[in-house]
Amino acid sequence: MKYEAVIGLEVHVELKTKSKMFCSCNADYFGKEPNTHTCPVCLGLPGALPVPNRTAIEWCIMIGLALNCEIPLYSKFDRKNYFYPDLAKGYQISQYDEPFCKKGSIELSNGKKIGLTRVHMEEDTGKLLHETIGDEKVTLIDFNRSGVPLVEIVTEPHFKSSEDVVEYLKKLQQIVRYLGVSNADMERGDMRLEPNISLRPVGSSDLPKYKVEIKNINSFKFVSKAIEYELNRQEEILEKGETPAQETRGFVEASNSTVSQRTKEEASDYRYFPDPDIPPFRWTADYIEELKKQIPELPHVKVARFKKDYSLNDYDSEILTRDNALSSYFEKSVEIGSKKGILPKQIANALINKAVDPENVSPEELVEQITVSNQTTSLSDDDLNRIINNVLKQNKKAVEDYKKGKENAIMFLVGQVMRQFPEKIDADKVKASLLAKIK
Amino acid sequence: MPIRQLPKEWELKYNWLMKINVKNVARLANLPVSIDEEKKFEKQLEETLTYIENLNEVDTTEVKPADNVTGLTNITREDIVEPSLSQEEALRNTKSTHRGFFKVKGILDAK
Amino acid sequence: MLNRLSVKQVKNGLKEKRFSSLEVTKACLDAIRKTDEKLHSFVTVSEEEALRDAKNADEKISKGEDAPLQGIPLAIKDNFLTKDIRTTASSKILDEFMPTYDATVVLKLKDAGMVILGKTNMDAWAHGSSTETSDYGATRNPWDISKLPGGSSGGSAAAVAAHQTIAAIGSETAGSIRQPASWCGVVGLKPTYGRVSRYGIVAMGSSLDSAGPITKTVEDSALILSVLAGKDPKDATTSPLKLKLKIESDIKGLRIGVSPQYFINGIDPEVESGVKNAVKTFKELGAEIKELELFDPNYAIDVYTIIQRSEVSSNLARYDGIRFGKDRSYFGEEAKRRIMLGTYALSSGYYDQYYNKAQKVRAIIIEDFRKAFEKVDVIIAPTSPSLPLPVGSTKDSSMFGELADVLVEPSSIAGLSGINIPVGFSSSGLPIGAQIIGPQFQENAILGFAKSFEENTQNAAWRKNEPSFTEVSKGKPNL
Repeated sequence: MKYEAVIGLEVHVELKTKSKMFCSCNADYFGKEPNTHTCPVCLGLPGALPVPNRTAIEWCIMIGLALNCEIPLYSKFDRKNYFYPDLAKGYQISQYDEPFCKKGSIELSNGKKIGLTRVHMEEDTGKLLHETIGDEKVTLIDFNRSGVPLVEIVTEPHFKSSEDVVEYLKKLQQIVRYLGVSNADMERGDMRLEPNISLRPVGSSDLPKYKVEIKNINSFKFVSKAIEYELNRQEEILEKGETPAQETRGFVEASNSTVSQRTKEEASDYRYFPDPDIPPFRWTADYIEELKKQIPELPHVKVARFKKDYSLNDYDSEILTRDNALSSYFEKSVEIGSKKGILPKQIANALINKAVDPENVSPEELVEQITVSNQTTSLSDDDLNRIINNVLKQNKKAVEDYKKGKENAIMFLVGQVMRQFPEKIDADKVKASLLAKIK
Repeated sequence: MPIRQLPKEWELKYNWLMKINVKNVARLANLPVSIDEEKKFEKQLEETLTYIENLNEVDTTEVKPADNVTGLTNITREDIVEPSLSQEEALRNTKSTHRGFFKVKGILDAK
Repeated sequence: MLNRLSVKQVKNGLKEKRFSSLEVTKACLDAIRKTDEKLHSFVTVSEEEALRDAKNADEKISKGEDAPLQGIPLAIKDNFLTKDIRTTASSKILDEFMPTYDATVVLKLKDAGMVILGKTNMDAWAHGSSTETSDYGATRNPWDISKLPGGSSGGSAAAVAAHQTIAAIGSETAGSIRQPASWCGVVGLKPTYGRVSRYGIVAMGSSLDSAGPITKTVEDSALILSVLAGKDPKDATTSPLKLKLKIESDIKGLRIGVSPQYFINGIDPEVESGVKNAVKTFKELGAEIKELELFDPNYAIDVYTIIQRSEVSSNLARYDGIRFGKDRSYFGEEAKRRIMLGTYALSSGYYDQYYNKAQKVRAIIIEDFRKAFEKVDVIIAPTSPSLPLPVGSTKDSSMFGELADVLVEPSSIAGLSGINIPVGFSSSGLPIGAQIIGPQFQENAILGFAKSFEENTQNAAWRKNEPSFTEVSKGKPNL
């Protein structure tokens, strides 16, 4: 029996707001002394009340907009009630049935459209550390992370392979970084992934009756391994005629495998109800429009524009738009370069092939460098002409090849010309001259 | 005192639909409940549930659940940082701490 | 005796330098020392802080620095967090809890110059209408110590009635200010929900909790309300509407609604006649009495029980003994009952039947009042269907509190403002109270009516009654 994967993803993105989701504690908790970024609210002390962070909400909506979501004009926070030592209040403020964003989509490079169920806001929990002190096994709790804003992005179970999943994650990471709302660094925990994985017979359109949730995947490189392992494991079980247990499993880095954590036979009863401490939200269409305007040019749009406006190919465009900083740098350089007759392609070359480091070289300096290297040859047009004529005479076969339609021949000839000179000459200029003479 | 009478014993016996599993509810609510308390609470909770049954007499078709009574919406705060409690203040109200952390008995089962 | 004065009288006295805040404070502390063993109004008496506050106040007064409550001794219900003063909510779980921060209400009162006498007893976690479920033992009613003072702000109400304090602060989720005020014969104001900040008050019913003053006079009530009111950036449910106090005790031509539904089956006949006499008084003062049909308050019991207990079950989840306090085995029976009922009502499969249904009926109640207030300015009704009940009445009851508060629950559910005023005494010498309910944010209206009644019954014989501090026999007491 042939099986196909049915994978849905839950990604949590930690927003890099200055303060926490429901209180004014500093949200930059990484590496700080334990329990130094807390207050009555995020520590769940008596009488403390939550007040939502406006920036966090706007950023959540912007993520939804960037993912083509609908933004309902009514939304609210709900309480998700359960007990765990890292959950100070005994409930997590989250969103249940009326999230900020619904029904989005994202397109992968193979044309596949991944549906997004929802994008909503919630607060992070504290961190647990398991240790042994003397004879005693203890768990230590640090609430610095408690209350940091999290955006949860849930997809429909539309993924069929680990490659698709990895591409989606990279795209999501890029979008979120473009928006400037999160560092989305898996190793630092500001982007977390939980795939739900199951298998069904090829050709079936029913959702499988079980799904397995995988936790503890801490970097991109483990995503594929975890998914592949799990798909294999489930297939083996199905081949035996059994159904894999509905459960949560943890990924184990050392063995690239997954192990059972808990059976999910009874879904936890979270007793969701609207949080009475936080009035609901009613947006106007105008407000959502305003937020839409604040979204910077997104990666796929930028790529298309670079190809068109700068005559760059796919590869160059993708690299130059990898992050906002690089693409801005490139465009600044193009602007300066245009005044000195430098083409975008030359700047692209410099950045991509010659690995100029944008950290150390300013756009002005880069343009300067390129200009200088173009003029490095104190070569007069006459000299160049003489050499070109020589090369043409000595390489009659190549010229014949080119006239017969072998495009590569021209580059061979350009190479021959350029070999004559220790310094750099403008290859395009040489090519242009050669072509002119051949015709 | 009761203005409306609390349900009689026989009402409870025949209201099997009301059978509340105190053990389960106590577990959900993270409340330690002894066997004796279980029996007592079962009776009392069922009394309460039977009492509030009459809410079904109120016709609520077409009625939307009440929002916040204040009618407020869109209450948020600006993304500004303010001083937190010191570590000492945060830990002050418990004796079970260790090197700046809160300390509890080791949890075996990860979340 | 300085402790018998009202806030206004103390303010005048301090201004005219007839006495000092220290003297008033000492008089209160004295009274507490003499009577609290019998009454048990206080969980914590903060003598040191009180004397320090009083001395500071006197210094400020001598420098001419004024503040609305400068030097006034107050008693604060023990569910308001007070920095560095033990706060227990009358529960063993918080037996040793020392807050590192003040409730917003406490900060405002401190800024206004109050002297903090101590923290008053309450039903544990505010779960009740008797103060009998306190983990530290019941408070007694000063009028007859075999009776309960009502609750959950029973300690605050008793302290005011017994002149252990000049005034007190309480909180109401449904009845917890008005009902003990009624049973103790004092003025108790529940402001509109959202008028006063809930930050730093141990949460009970988040969509219902309202902090308010318990006082000897209506004027005191208004004065303290003006200190408490205001939007708090730390509480997202506080209203931006500013309190503009303007109390007109001339009620001629204004309309009072009286609803037969609120004189429910089984109401104590003396309570009924006491309140109906008050209605007569208002009529004589020129108000127009209109009979109103209101939504049956009995349904409010169901709505309130479900919504409040559901919110309670969630609000009490943070008390796990990890970051503060003792573990959950220290919860009293009433707390456990309420947590479990609430957990059940919210649980999978029951949400629609209970919580959602209750919220829908809540919407009906809100609309019912809205329509009523198109026809009348305020509504008057009994506060409690019974006179103060004997100690022991709540034992093993599955829902004493919610039943006792039937007449105040509807207005609490709708977030309205309400005030209890004493209107007389029973033949057994127990106080009878009436409540005046107004639309949201119309405290001026209810304070106006209350003031009018107070002014015009100043010389009534029953105003001269004194709390007996004894167990009054079943016969007629010495009045």
